[in-house]
Amino acid sequence: MLSRVANAVYWICRYVERAENVARFISVNLNLLLDTPLDARLQWEPMIAITGDQKAFQVLHREYSQKNVVHFLTFERSNPNSIISCLQAARENARSVREVISSEMWEQLNRFYIELKEAEHSGFAHNDPQKFFLMIKMRSHMFSGLLYSTMSHGEAWHFARMGMMIERADKVSRILDVKYFMLLPKPDAVGSPHDNIQWAAVLKSASAHDMYRKIFHRITPVQVAGFLIFDANFPRSVRHAVNNAFESLGKITGSTNGDARSGAEKHLGRLLADLNYSDIQEVMEAGLHEYLDALQGRLNHIGLEISSAFFRPAPLEAAAQPRSDLQFFSEQNQTMPKETAK
Amino acid sequence: MDLSAYQLEGFYDELFAKPDQPNPGAELLIEKIKSLSEEDLISKQKAAEIMLLQMGITFAVYGNEAGAEKIFPFDIIPRIVDGKEWSQIEAGLKQRIFALNAFIDDVYHDKKILKDRVVPEDVVFSSKTFRRECEGFSPPKNIWCHVTGTDLVRDSDGAFYVLEDNLRCPSGVSYVLENRQVLKRTFPQVFDASHVRPVDDYPNRLLDTLEYLVPEHIVSPVIGVLTPGTYNSAYFEHSFLARQMGVELVEGQDLVVHDGFVHMRTTKGLEKIDVLYRRMDDDFIDPLAFRSDSVLGVPGLMEVYKAGRLAMANAPGTGVADDKVIYAYVPKIIKYYTGEDPILPNVPTYICSDPKEQEYVLKNLDKLVVKAANESGGYGMLIGPHASAAEREKFAGLIKQNPRNYMAQPTLALSRTPTIIDRAIEGRHVDLRPYILYGKDIYVLPGGLTRVALRKNSLVVNSSQGGGSKDTWVVDAGE
Repeated sequence: MLSRVANAVYWICRYVERAENVARFISVNLNLLLDTPLDARLQWEPMIAITGDQKAFQVLHREYSQKNVVHFLTFERSNPNSIISCLQAARENARSVREVISSEMWEQLNRFYIELKEAEHSGFAHNDPQKFFLMIKMRSHMFSGLLYSTMSHGEAWHFARMGMMIERADKVSRILDVKYFMLLPKPDAVGSPHDNIQWAAVLKSASAHDMYRKIFHRITPVQVAGFLIFDANFPRSVRHAVNNAFESLGKITGSTNGDARSGAEKHLGRLLADLNYSDIQEVMEAGLHEYLDALQGRLNHIGLEISSAFFRPAPLEAAAQPRSDLQFFSEQNQTMPKETAK
Repeated sequence: MDLSAYQLEGFYDELFAKPDQPNPGAELLIEKIKSLSEEDLISKQKAAEIMLLQMGITFAVYGNEAGAEKIFPFDIIPRIVDGKEWSQIEAGLKQRIFALNAFIDDVYHDKKILKDRVVPEDVVFSSKTFRRECEGFSPPKNIWCHVTGTDLVRDSDGAFYVLEDNLRCPSGVSYVLENRQVLKRTFPQVFDASHVRPVDDYPNRLLDTLEYLVPEHIVSPVIGVLTPGTYNSAYFEHSFLARQMGVELVEGQDLVVHDGFVHMRTTKGLEKIDVLYRRMDDDFIDPLAFRSDSVLGVPGLMEVYKAGRLAMANAPGTGVADDKVIYAYVPKIIKYYTGEDPILPNVPTYICSDPKEQEYVLKNLDKLVVKAANESGGYGMLIGPHASAAEREKFAGLIKQNPRNYMAQPTLALSRTPTIIDRAIEGRHVDLRPYILYGKDIYVLPGGLTRVALRKNSLVVNSSQGGGSKDTWVVDAGE
């Protein structure tokens, strides 16, 4: 298939997944707020600090209020990672490959974007945020449902799924990183009821609460981290996502097990082996943050290798510039306006 | 909906013979509209608009924010053409396209028509769309104009006239197909009972036309639609046609000339492409052959094309028959190549490079429509009766400065058809663009795009100038 098309399909799914994760990221904070006595300001400022967007934020807003932060992460068009920017980029990419994806996928994505644009003016996101972000999640689920059930599972589909999975692995690890960073600095609070509520909120933000409970019954930070990174069967765990991405990459290149044909395959395979053959105890010994940071670095590197193996011939390229070690967002592709001709 | 107040106001009407007396073929539709309440009709119109927006059937608007889109305004009341009348149009278009193709082939080879002084040599050679690069070249099967959209109008006498031929990259056919999808859902019973000729076959026919260009030894040719990209106003259509035909949609950046062939850049390396249905003008397709500043095209494309290793539709150079001054000679061109009189007449045309005709044009600017030879989309045009004195003066200057570039026609009283305006139904002027494919034989899509000038009294139907569209039903009444 055309490199440009593979690139677009891959990025449609990354952007939709990214939008969903921003919604999840905000949701977890909203969940926490319901149960914590913390000063709201203290809850919202880190959301921006973590994305490294303080400067851009401060140009637009003075106060780290819920309203401002939610607006910045949801509707701010100058923020390339806001939900609306992601959706717009996904839709622009989809518009350029409408002949490749199913009409159902396009129509749903188009409706999703139009709905979001309407919500921008209706105040829905601020008046009923829980419902609003649930809606974003559900629309994104619907999109992946359509991806699975209306598009042939051929090469283009595997690029799509690979994009979705790499984005998911990255964002789940970042949500975990951020929350660990925010929740743990108070050793005396570990194990308190308050702490449990917080970690339950983290699980809920990954839709993992019920599945986690079936295995571990009780909530502990280490087990929550272990579940979100290493669980073999949970569809939003890092390991599961990396496994799917690896499978799709193999289908694209046609390599059989152990026969890596590109740097992307080699490194993705190695990452998967590491996830398969280590556990949370090992991670905690080395330090969770250090581990997650390295994981994100590896995913980033793999993203670049995928781009150079399959997309590089086309000028529409992914540019990854890691900014800070606690950065929520990584790569993005660029949909540059091109010269038009009648 | 009460239609008793609907007035023809002296114009030929597409649905009504007289007030309250529908044309043959339109009775069922009119009956249905009458049976609906105002509310029902308006909600059908709204539902159709929402459907178009959700299907993403939009066009990009120039000069607006990047990627801004609008739906092409659409009116749910179809325009109906009687089957018998259509047969005449069809025969006329086949005759015309056959002759135009013969003309193009001739001017790039023996130039017999020029030697016989049927068309003045200098008119052809001075045409901006005449391509010296194509002289002596023979495209596969000697077909140049594979896809044409010919604009027809009906004057107050009820006769159809050819207004212009679009042989370069005529757009709009996707709206014909999508409008039909929407209307089938808007008026299902009327549609069913009216015996409307189907249009859905177009993508298959287009694919046949493109496959016909490939040498026989290539068993499964790779075909692509070449688009300038998502920011082009007709991008939806390029993507739509590629999807309907199941072929690749490629941009210039996806193609590269390598080893004497044109290839696509794919995830598995380079892959040869055999046919391009190109939807960009000659000027942009190859910066080495034509405009060197084009970033949309593929360097070296023309060389591969001229070596016969790539087929293109429409053939570069076809635009010469699209020149609005050459248009004036088409009746003679038809007679020259077919020996027949034209079935579809031209609108009478004054050529400004002829001193006598120029004099007439300058004296009668307030009655005439003046058009530039190579503009499209309603640009570079003067509608005398609606223009201000200053505008007319400006055009008089332009004509004197460059007479070769202008022609003029009388202002026609274009036919009208009932159209929903706000919450009422009023008459609005329309034209008709049928689409013609030239492959193994010549095929005319039954119906075509009816464009409607939504502004009251306006005669300009172009989407860039406040025009909308309608579904066109070719109805075999009495069957």
